[in-house]
Amino acid sequence: MNISYIILIPIIPLAVFLLLGIFNQKIKPAISGYVGVFGLLASAVLSLYAAYQYFFVDGKVDGVYQIFVDKTVWMNFTETLHIDMGIMIDPISVMMLVVVSVVSLMVHIYSRGYMKGDEGYTKFFAFLSLFTFSMYGLVLATNLFQIYIFWELVGVSSYLLIGYYYTKPSAVAAAKKAFIVTRFADLGFLIGILIMGYYTGTFDFETLNNPEGSAILNWASTSFMGLSVITWALLLIFIGGAGKSAMLPFHIWLPDAMEGPTPVSALIHAATMVVAGIFLVARLFPMFYFVEHGFALNIVAYVGAISALFAAIIAITQTDIKRVLAFSTMSQLGYMMMALGVSGYDGHEGVGYMASMFHLFTHAMFKALLFLGAGSVIHAVHSNYLKDMGGLRKYMPITNITFLIAALAIAGMPPFAGFWSKDEILVAAFEHHKLIYYIGIFVAGLTAFYIFRIYFGIFWGKDKSYEHKPKESPLSMTFPLLVLAAMSIVGGFIPFSEFITVDKAGFEAHLNYPLATIAVSVGLVGIILAGVFYKKENNLADKWANIFGPFYKWASDKFYFDEIYLFITKKILFKRVSEPIAKFDRKVVDGTMVGIGNKTVQASEKIKGMQSGKVQDYAFAFVGGTVVLAIVFIYLWTN
Amino acid sequence: MIEGISIYEILALTTILFFIGVYGFVTRKNLISILISVELILNASVVNFVVINKYLYPDMLQGVFVSIFIIAVAAAETALAVSIIINLYRQINSVEVKDTEVMKY
Amino acid sequence: MERIIFYILALMMIVAAIASVSSRKMLRSVIYLLFVLAGVAGVFFLIDYNFLAAVQLTVYAGGIIVLMIFSVLLVHHIEMKLEVAKISKRISVALACIIGAGIFIVTIYSYDFNVIGKATTTTTAEIGKGLLSYEAGGFILPFEVISVILLAAMIGAIVIAKGNKLESNNTETK
Repeated sequence: MNISYIILIPIIPLAVFLLLGIFNQKIKPAISGYVGVFGLLASAVLSLYAAYQYFFVDGKVDGVYQIFVDKTVWMNFTETLHIDMGIMIDPISVMMLVVVSVVSLMVHIYSRGYMKGDEGYTKFFAFLSLFTFSMYGLVLATNLFQIYIFWELVGVSSYLLIGYYYTKPSAVAAAKKAFIVTRFADLGFLIGILIMGYYTGTFDFETLNNPEGSAILNWASTSFMGLSVITWALLLIFIGGAGKSAMLPFHIWLPDAMEGPTPVSALIHAATMVVAGIFLVARLFPMFYFVEHGFALNIVAYVGAISALFAAIIAITQTDIKRVLAFSTMSQLGYMMMALGVSGYDGHEGVGYMASMFHLFTHAMFKALLFLGAGSVIHAVHSNYLKDMGGLRKYMPITNITFLIAALAIAGMPPFAGFWSKDEILVAAFEHHKLIYYIGIFVAGLTAFYIFRIYFGIFWGKDKSYEHKPKESPLSMTFPLLVLAAMSIVGGFIPFSEFITVDKAGFEAHLNYPLATIAVSVGLVGIILAGVFYKKENNLADKWANIFGPFYKWASDKFYFDEIYLFITKKILFKRVSEPIAKFDRKVVDGTMVGIGNKTVQASEKIKGMQSGKVQDYAFAFVGGTVVLAIVFIYLWTN
Repeated sequence: MIEGISIYEILALTTILFFIGVYGFVTRKNLISILISVELILNASVVNFVVINKYLYPDMLQGVFVSIFIIAVAAAETALAVSIIINLYRQINSVEVKDTEVMKY
Repeated sequence: MERIIFYILALMMIVAAIASVSSRKMLRSVIYLLFVLAGVAGVFFLIDYNFLAAVQLTVYAGGIIVLMIFSVLLVHHIEMKLEVAKISKRISVALACIIGAGIFIVTIYSYDFNVIGKATTTTTAEIGKGLLSYEAGGFILPFEVISVILLAAMIGAIVIAKGNKLESNNTETK
């Protein structure tokens, strides 16, 4: 398969970024919007073509999807250890190309309407293109180091976009928080990469992931604190992934990241960047599975399940619709992690892996749709808060319908996309890990509840007295909604199990009717409860909140995670560790240097007078010096 | 050579003259006085050249030649120094060292 | 006899030199220097370098001293008393000079000079031939160089002494 044209997919957004970034002031906003959209359109077309070529034409050899790699050595360390730059085409990277390009294209189109009239319009599109480029680079990476480079680029563009409204202190704080938290997690990632490179002698995914390769077979050769060093490396890499994917306990940046413009939230913090962690684990899945009999994979499963549950509970209590969606994202990401964690390797055993990727795909569509719908609503009522909304279905019919489709999809109602992928996840969990299955089914109910809570809150309920009468958003904003809604409806019918599996061979997936029935009925219960609570204006919700009392308060305060972090960093780290070190630095290290400098200055002030400008003084010094030297060399230094 | 006078005595004499010149050079405050001290130092060295030539290498004349050259250079130097002093006097109306110490710090 | 004359000369030179560097009257200081120069000429006579002694007397006593007296008279009142350095400085300098002289003298006395006791009389003709000889040991090149230096010094002295006056005249006429 000829893959050389695929390099164009990331190059086009990079070119757009450079064009818009360099000529930021010179380009008219209208033109920059078109440049961004058409650049993305070109790369999206290429991505879809690549996907078609790969999945249907010449990707498959003897029933197994092949890996195509095109790379060059970038930095050479040893015979085997070198960093390459290149592109790697395999089922998941092609799938990610499609997800990234489609969502990014939709967000670009949407942004033309949403950001209209904004001062930094061109800058915004430049940043979006930079992000898209980085994300393409990340999914196409051939080795750990390359993925790390783009990983950080993605982090930087996320930072830039969260802090896009840089005059708002909260946006600046959120951008810093997101950057620092993910950066902190990336430290683990980097250490993991270095350990991996040191003990396996390669960064290359192909070599690392080969089940018969030395990296996997020799995992037990070196151990550290009871675990194989490779396991440690994988856990550290997973920390990096957890940071980007907002897994517990690195989730705190994601809700705050909602300070960014809504299209950004849709693109980065729902559909693409946050799934980088999932993608990373999936990328290294054979290692996770084989090394130490899947010890690291179990951790992934538990972290995913707990994050899913935790975030779903918090999501119920939030009143800012974007924050609800943010916690929902975190919950769904937890779902994907969980699915990866319970996956096996061969054939139908690998259903978890397939389900995770499937859910990643469908989630990207319906979550982007939810965010864009929410953005449309926010655009209309100029508020993020549920209390300012209500009865909007009359004013915004398209948004209402598309939002409902997305809500049904995330709630797992057939035949929408979420139903199919969620069903596969639950099947995987049921087959491999009962406890996680129960968590999963509970979370499914919670998901249905909270998503319909905001749906009813926004579009039903009492009509609020709006200052300006809300009206439907322009076509540039509703068109992406419609496209994504269509994707959310039909996305579930894609036979994912034939395309994306661990062993790349594909298998027949069947709907597990008993499990599906349970999941759907749990989801229906959630929807009905939400309908009872929120469809009509009543005080049932408050009553129940009172019944749960302190628990409700905890959840709405996000279980005090931010406060705990603040306590740990401010009270313990800053006060007990950083401050004494800073003091030591200021007083002792700086003090010594400043002291030396001051003493030198003082000494020179004192001896400055010796440079009197009088030749005679110099002559005296000369004579005196000569005399002293004569004494020394004639009498004192005579061997 | 001088009857009854060894080279040591003459060299001691020139040494004393030399250091008197150094003393004057360092302590005097007037440019002409400094010039005088320089003449003392030069003379001490001239005598040294001549004496060493006479006592140690009586058949040669190099010391004498060098002495003549030193005298000539001293004459030139004095002429220049005096012209500089006069020029300075015209400009700042003083030939004191303390008024000419602009080359400091 | 020569010995006594040398001692008298030496004493005179040292006293005159000290007086010259410590006198507070400029003109006297110059006259004391004349005594020292004359003493040096006397030493030259004693060691039988008559030509050199003559040069010493004509160039130094006749030229340099006169030049200095002129400059003194041009820039000073005769009665003006010179400033002297601080006493502490004078003492410290004197001490350094005495120590230096002591070291020099001790070193000189501890060195064994290979003195050749030979009394040869040098004629002026020999000196002249040596100066103008371009064979081995000849000094023709330094002689030429010194001539150029003297010429340059002469011109330089005139330019330096006159230059500023001309300039100030120019500025005045402007």
